[in-house]
Amino acid sequence: MSKPVIQVENLGKKYQLRHENRERYVALRDVIASGITAPFRWAKTRLCTNGNTGARSSSTEDFWALKDLNFEIHKGDVLGVIGRNGAGKSTLLKVLSRITEPTTGRVRIRGRVASLLEVGTGFHPELTGRENIFLNGAILGMRRTEIHRKFDEIVAFAEVKKFLDTPVKRYSSGMYVRLAFAVAAHLEPEILIIDEVLAVGDAAFQKKCLGKMGEVAKQGRTVLFVSHNMGVVSSLTQRCIYLQNGQVAASGPSREIVEMYLMKSLEARGERSRDLSEFRRNRNPDAPVKVVAIGINGGNHDSTELPAIEIGSVFSIDIGLEVTKPLHGALIDITLKTSHGECVAVLFSWDKEYSLFLEPGRHTVTAQVRDLPLAPGNYFVDIGINQSVESNAYDVILDFPVFSIVNHGQVTHWLDRPWGVVHCSNVEWGKIS
Amino acid sequence: MITSAETESSVDDLAVSEIVIEAGKSELHYWRDLWHYRELFYFLAWRDILVRYKQTFIGIAWAVLQPLVTTVVFTIVFEHFGKMKSEGAAPYAVMVFVAQLPWQFFSRALTEASNSLITNANLVSKIYFPRLIVPASSVITALIDFLISAALLAVIMFFYRFSPDWRIVFAPLFLLLALGVAMGAGLWFAALNVSYRDFRIIVPFIVQIGMYASPVAFSSKIVPEKWRLLYSLNPMVGVIDGFRWSLLGGEAALYLPGLFISVVLVALLLVTGIAYFRATERRFADVI
Repeated sequence: MSKPVIQVENLGKKYQLRHENRERYVALRDVIASGITAPFRWAKTRLCTNGNTGARSSSTEDFWALKDLNFEIHKGDVLGVIGRNGAGKSTLLKVLSRITEPTTGRVRIRGRVASLLEVGTGFHPELTGRENIFLNGAILGMRRTEIHRKFDEIVAFAEVKKFLDTPVKRYSSGMYVRLAFAVAAHLEPEILIIDEVLAVGDAAFQKKCLGKMGEVAKQGRTVLFVSHNMGVVSSLTQRCIYLQNGQVAASGPSREIVEMYLMKSLEARGERSRDLSEFRRNRNPDAPVKVVAIGINGGNHDSTELPAIEIGSVFSIDIGLEVTKPLHGALIDITLKTSHGECVAVLFSWDKEYSLFLEPGRHTVTAQVRDLPLAPGNYFVDIGINQSVESNAYDVILDFPVFSIVNHGQVTHWLDRPWGVVHCSNVEWGKIS
Repeated sequence: MITSAETESSVDDLAVSEIVIEAGKSELHYWRDLWHYRELFYFLAWRDILVRYKQTFIGIAWAVLQPLVTTVVFTIVFEHFGKMKSEGAAPYAVMVFVAQLPWQFFSRALTEASNSLITNANLVSKIYFPRLIVPASSVITALIDFLISAALLAVIMFFYRFSPDWRIVFAPLFLLLALGVAMGAGLWFAALNVSYRDFRIIVPFIVQIGMYASPVAFSSKIVPEKWRLLYSLNPMVGVIDGFRWSLLGGEAALYLPGLFISVVLVALLLVTGIAYFRATERRFADVI
């Protein structure tokens, strides 16, 4: 077997957390002040604690964002990296893309790397679409001749031909994202490192991006892909690394690891689910609405036990919302997923021309689902609150464990067969010839 | 034969070779990487130039207006009210304008370089490239403004029927010296600015005070002989005197000990600036 393209050995990254100072940068006065008072403090510690220097470091704390990481990626692998917010995924990508240095360990990379940690890095709002294609291409590591060669392709992919000479600050957010992704999608690195860039844009464009990603993977390039979207991870990657507190909690075939990850979130459900922060993605801080609770059938389920639904019965998904500014017609979409992250169904409020008109305060909206006889198993939801069909979401909740479908004797025969996802029993059988 | 050609092309494309990421090992390929990313340097400079005059009504004319108005004000205040003498045969306005050229270049380059990492924070925290590119490309706009002002100087000199002699060939050397001061100090401030935002306030202050501490509005000849060496500790004194010497001609002589001090100081500033920048660079993405 050939040498791995990415080889990670004992990788660790330490950050120092400052407790007294919320800001990440320090003001000079603090340094000068602490420099002046240091001898006194030192003397004081000396006198008071008899040389025990432990007290001095009380204001900062070491935090290992990554610790003892070991893994290898071979040529042509498409590897997913999953984990909760703060598990170290972004730090890992930053170390691999050489943005930040590791504290311990070593990474060997063999091949040309391009990393996309964000869509549209370096886009300048005053510059036109055309100018930004060149600028962004150069930032991503493309040569000028390469950009020239792919220019038409990029423009066609982004569908912005008419607006090429308009400053991008006049673009809609959808156009902006399309253009940014289009540039990135035309990179031709041997190793591609991607962070969650697909979580933006409208559904149609997301689909297009996914197609492009799949294409890249098929061309035998190595892809490292970080995402919160379990469905995408399990469909796009063969292998997965599950990060937890900066360490590899598990790695292996994506389907297994995704299931494990989703089941783990049951633990996060209980007391920690109160503000759903563990499940939140991309919340716009100025958004007028926030999802604060998810339950079923009017119940209040705060335990780590999933509420059970009898197979074949009607159920409702209840969403608690905290509204801070009046809502004039926001839309809700719910994606139901299996424990492998596969999408089962999408419930979109606009299908029934239902939209939210809510005054500030707490509200609960419910979606009653009939005719969806799911097979036994655990189910998860993604919930998005959107201003309109095209715009970016106000709030997004991902992979929240919502219920399990149980079979308490409704179905009695052939129980060891594969169920599939839908238990379709509403079938008229008959002889037609 | 084919194999050798292949090796050659892969040597040319540096990124194909193996990269080892390890704590404290970022120096290894730094200067080679810097060369590899030269196109980014070019594009960032291009962006800054494009953005600078977008959405301005008179656009590039601002680069002309600023030194012109300053020169008029200084000439009125210092020559007419202050009764100061010009250098050699040059009219006072020309003497002031000649000093405006390097001074405006220096102050703009220093300001741009000092703020460059902060204004490009999104790049620094999301993309890898040798960070030196950011402050280095930011001074290019100052250089463009300098060239525009230089063209204006030619017009002014023609207007006063004043022509420089052969010493004009040395002017680029003094521009290089000014670039050295701006880059050296700019690298220090850019790196410090990442951790200590105080420098956002300190730098404009330095530029403001520096204009009066440097012989921009007056000739450095008014400084008493015994203080001249001390005065030369301000490296911009050497730069401005050099500009006047090479452009104004006449009997103006170069104060060589002062120039020597300037050159040494600039070299020192540049070397330590690069060293400090390189030493703190690896923390930028974590702190910015």
